[in-house]
Amino acid sequence: MKWPAMGYARVESLDELWQVLDAAGPEAQILAGGQSLLATLSFRLSEPSGLIDITRIPALRGVSVTGGTLRLGALTRHADLGRDPLVAAHAPILAQAAPLIAHPAIRNRGTIGGSLALADPAAELPACMVALDATIVVASRSGERRVPAADFFQGLFTTDLQPGEIITAVDVPVATPASRQTIVEVTRRSGDYAMAGLAAVLAVTADRTVDAARLVFFGVGSGAEIARGASVALTGTKLTQATIAAAQGALAGDLDPPGDLHGGPELKRHLARVLTARALGPFLAPAEQAA
Amino acid sequence: MNRRIDITLTVNGERVSRSVDTRLHLIDFLRMELGLTGAHTGCEHGVCGACTVRLDGDPVRGCLVMVASLDGSVVETIEGLSDTGEIRDLQEAFVARNAAQCGYCTPGMLVTAADILVESPEATREEIREHISGNYCRCTGYQAIVDAVEDVLKARRTSEAA
Ligand SMILES: Cc1cc2nc3c(=O)[nH]c(=O)nc-3n(C[C@H](O)[C@H](O)[C@H](O)COP(=O)(O)OP(=O)(O)OC[C@H]3O[C@@H](n4cnc5c(N)ncnc54)[C@H](O)[C@@H]3O)c2cc1C
Ligand code: FES
Ligand code: FES
Repeated sequence: MKWPAMGYARVESLDELWQVLDAAGPEAQILAGGQSLLATLSFRLSEPSGLIDITRIPALRGVSVTGGTLRLGALTRHADLGRDPLVAAHAPILAQAAPLIAHPAIRNRGTIGGSLALADPAAELPACMVALDATIVVASRSGERRVPAADFFQGLFTTDLQPGEIITAVDVPVATPASRQTIVEVTRRSGDYAMAGLAAVLAVTADRTVDAARLVFFGVGSGAEIARGASVALTGTKLTQATIAAAQGALAGDLDPPGDLHGGPELKRHLARVLTARALGPFLAPAEQAA
Repeated sequence: MNRRIDITLTVNGERVSRSVDTRLHLIDFLRMELGLTGAHTGCEHGVCGACTVRLDGDPVRGCLVMVASLDGSVVETIEGLSDTGEIRDLQEAFVARNAAQCGYCTPGMLVTAADILVESPEATREEIREHISGNYCRCTGYQAIVDAVEDVLKARRTSEAA
């Protein structure tokens, strides 16, 4: 279907954004890459009174590292995540995630801010941000707010964003030598949203003791789901086939997946166990990997 | 907020100024306002790739771009890429390999394939498949398309080495 009739305004700064937001009223929406929003307009799933284009605001751009923090501007495109050397060095899971998101032409437009604001339950980036313990930086006319990713995502397409607020950036703690980061997923076709996926961030010492673990699933619930039991099963002990099996066993209590058009809850549970082994296997001692 | 926006952009090297409706996506603009009918629409919601064109140097889904947002942008379509000769070898390989049947997907496929030539000159068959995974072809079964792209990658590598 063609898009509904609506207004459009492009803003060049945050100050201008606040003015236009005030004037436009609550029915107006923010337009970033448009790769989800414009598709929903085609389905008439949403009929905003107008779109406010934030893509020319310089303050929302750029990737930088300060101290122990990697800052990603909200307008960082999926394609940028895939090729930025700072991202590859300091948050390798995001570089790994980029090629899993949609297709090249969509990655050239879609932004990190848009993906996080949308909070699709099968999206890669919200799960990565929870696994990384990142902080979502949110701003409105009245100032800035910093929200831990685990609190930001509140369920199916639902976030902590309040009316008049936008995401300006994401702050990610930089990887340490002990960091092990990986993202794996199952899709029927390349570029599809995941049937099930896992973003895992661990701290592993030289003798393979897991000091910290955060396993976050996507596509198996209403959003990015932290598998607390599985994460605990891995922590404080050496990573072995046995601890991976224990983590797989703990998933039964961690996840309560609904069925969807791909299959029932049992399929999702099975995929979650398979993904756990796929994600963690490469971090085992070489002798155990062969086993 | 306005429902008509004045824009000036560059399309295939020519400056174009228009007052456009906010409901218009880039492909309807190209086809209906400028008569450039090379880029097609299939699904109009981002899944088929028939609408792939180049925007500011990168391939994008034209059906997911609001033309009202394009003031100052640079657009290249299959017509432009044909005129400059940039992808002549690719087009010849598509013909030689029979990589187009009905041709509906072909303009979008060529724009995506042109991106492979620039972005990953060493691409394997697997990587070619991955790169064109967002461009649907209902006729060829893709094999001939991958053959054509692979031929051009090899030929370009050889001519560069020479
Ligand atoms: C065919 C297809 C396949 C896809 N596959 C995947 C996939 O596998 N995985 C995946 O994760 N995504 C996928 N996507 C979606 C894609 O990643 C989108 O780019 C992303 O979800 C939204 O980013 P955007 O910049 O395009 O946002 P937009 O579409 O512009 O906006 C999305 C929503 O976020 C709001 N918004 C945008 N930016 C901000 C901000 N800075 N602050 C506050 N609100 C904001 C908008 O108002 C809107 O409600 C796919 C899309 C398509 C068309
Ligand atoms: S018409 Fe744009 S992706 Fe199908
Ligand atoms: S040639 Fe017919 S869709 Fe590709």
